[in-house]
Amino acid sequence: MHRARTLYDKLVDRHTVRKLDEQDQQVVLYVDRTVLNEYTSPQAFTALRLASRSVWRPRAALGVVDHVNPTVVGRITMPGDAARQTAYFAENCRDFGIEIFDMTHAMQGIEHVVMPEIGLVLPGMVIAAGDSHTTTYGAFGALGFGIGTSDIEHYLATQTLIYKRLASMRVTLEGHLPPGVRSKDVVMALIEKIGASGATGYAIEFQGAGIRALSIEARMTLCNMAVECGARGALIAPDEKVIDYLAQTPRAPKGELWRLATESWTSLQTDQDAVFDREVVLAAGEIAPMVTWGTSPDQAVKITECVPDPRLQPDPVRRQAIERALAYMDLRPGQPVDSIEIQAAFIGSCTNARIEDLRDAARILEGRQIAPGVKAIVVPGSMSVRRQAEAEGLDRIFTLAGFEWRQSGCSMCLAMNDDVLARAERCASSTNRNFEDRQGAGGRTHLMSPAMVAASAVAGRLADVRQIAGER
Amino acid sequence: MPLAASNIDTDVIMPKQFLKGIDRSGLDRGLFYHLRFDEQGRPRPEFILNRPQWRDAAFLIAGANFGCGSSREHAVWGLMQYGIRAIVAESFAGIFFDNCARNGLLAIELGEPDVRRLQERAGLPEDNVLIIDLDSQTISGRDLEIGFKIEAIRKNALLKGLDAVGQTLELSDEISAFERKHLRDNPWLDAN
Ligand code: SF4
Repeated sequence: MHRARTLYDKLVDRHTVRKLDEQDQQVVLYVDRTVLNEYTSPQAFTALRLASRSVWRPRAALGVVDHVNPTVVGRITMPGDAARQTAYFAENCRDFGIEIFDMTHAMQGIEHVVMPEIGLVLPGMVIAAGDSHTTTYGAFGALGFGIGTSDIEHYLATQTLIYKRLASMRVTLEGHLPPGVRSKDVVMALIEKIGASGATGYAIEFQGAGIRALSIEARMTLCNMAVECGARGALIAPDEKVIDYLAQTPRAPKGELWRLATESWTSLQTDQDAVFDREVVLAAGEIAPMVTWGTSPDQAVKITECVPDPRLQPDPVRRQAIERALAYMDLRPGQPVDSIEIQAAFIGSCTNARIEDLRDAARILEGRQIAPGVKAIVVPGSMSVRRQAEAEGLDRIFTLAGFEWRQSGCSMCLAMNDDVLARAERCASSTNRNFEDRQGAGGRTHLMSPAMVAASAVAGRLADVRQIAGER
Repeated sequence: MPLAASNIDTDVIMPKQFLKGIDRSGLDRGLFYHLRFDEQGRPRPEFILNRPQWRDAAFLIAGANFGCGSSREHAVWGLMQYGIRAIVAESFAGIFFDNCARNGLLAIELGEPDVRRLQERAGLPEDNVLIIDLDSQTISGRDLEIGFKIEAIRKNALLKGLDAVGQTLELSDEISAFERKHLRDNPWLDAN
């Protein structure tokens, strides 16, 4: 009998080389592609070298330097440890026959920005990579998920992973987003609603009219950040928008292969009567611009709300978590979040540094100045995004407003390079993690959309983009 | 040793300044660095890892969603280099959980009441000897015995210390055959 299957089931089934146990929960999963970076891959290559093993399918991997490189314009040198890491990365890619975009390559950028923009992420693929935000690729109907270094080694040597099937969760976005609300706000609202481990053990599929209406880049933001509620896979069934997007990319299939591919992609849908293990519904009309106040991505509120009061939290563990976060963030219970003053603003990261993000932020900044005392930088998601933005004159808008215009990399998303918050400095950030010390030891991060970062930089405090820019 | 907070992320377990190596060495120093050491690099006496009664602890009893965030396997390497052999928690983040399995670090998921009981017990230095027996899948201490579940494949790998890559490579022919068919059915996958 035909069993109704979810899109996730179909992708796993199509890539199952062999089932490993009775209940069919663990499989040898064929993986179509990976992207490698300089900091999670070295020990995997060393292990291959020690065991005299080769890479199974070198052309199914791409190396990108993104985490440790400086982003100041004209970069040429790096401190010793970063230089050693990138040199070893280049050596590994060369010795194992893997293409690399190194620091000075014209196509360099953040791995999850580069892969989709050159057309290496295709519907129906399974892509595993040594970075948790590989979930981004779900925007194309590809199953992307993060793996550790041992699994990078396993993938490189065997083109497979030992994979445990996840439970399925459907997140339906009903209705349409009000003016001034972006996909970043949707995913932050979802994480706030279900918690930082709300989707642990699940693969999410996003459905609904609100999702269909989103651009591909906005969908990437959504799928990217789904990992912050624990999802290890975040899918959106491919539609015409995906096909139109891919048609513009240099490495998507061409000619007859393109015709075959697009024909096959139309079957990548969840069956009508498939049952999900969990259902979550979000009403688009109720979502507002979001900001985090704490040190976990689920500690978020609408910009019009206040910092929560731990005394109102009955559960002692949660109460302590709030107290600890407020102490670290130096915030008072009940304080309106739009009164929180900032000293730094950062637009960047694989969540929100694509061309649409930069256009959106530039629109807010056009004809405006950032507040005195705020240090603001824009780090485009890739060098291609940077060139495109310059062609559109966005760099001028940013620099006139008082932002620094940088080259590409992860930069202050995790602060492994020299872009670091000082202790107690407070930053409005378009990134994905507000963990303690993430952007610099003792630094304080408030997550939000790039447009909200722009509005906050202008106001010198966390600010509602709808007020600053008159969006309604 | 108990570490009760929820959502302890891998940035906290292993901060970024310890990720710049190309090997696995020196990560015991980085473990929980900002919780263990102050701005001048002096040990914070109140943090549990610095308290003499817990210095040799081999088991960590954590809260929910332990190991969330970044995929960095350095977090697991650091825990193991420090001497942690097993972690008990209400839940683990997926990538971290897999990273534990790949390195032979036993990760045990238990319900909240059991985790709280173990945390309380682990917090009593005079009475916190626990024995974790993987074979019989039990955690025991004075007047206390808690069973736990583990998938047969993971248990077997932990007990025998198998080389996962080597094992999968024994399936090379099967993988090759699958790959040929997969690329024939989806020829555009080979196009880039
Ligand atoms: S931009 Fe941030 S989240 Fe994305 S890959 Fe880089 S460090 Fe990770």
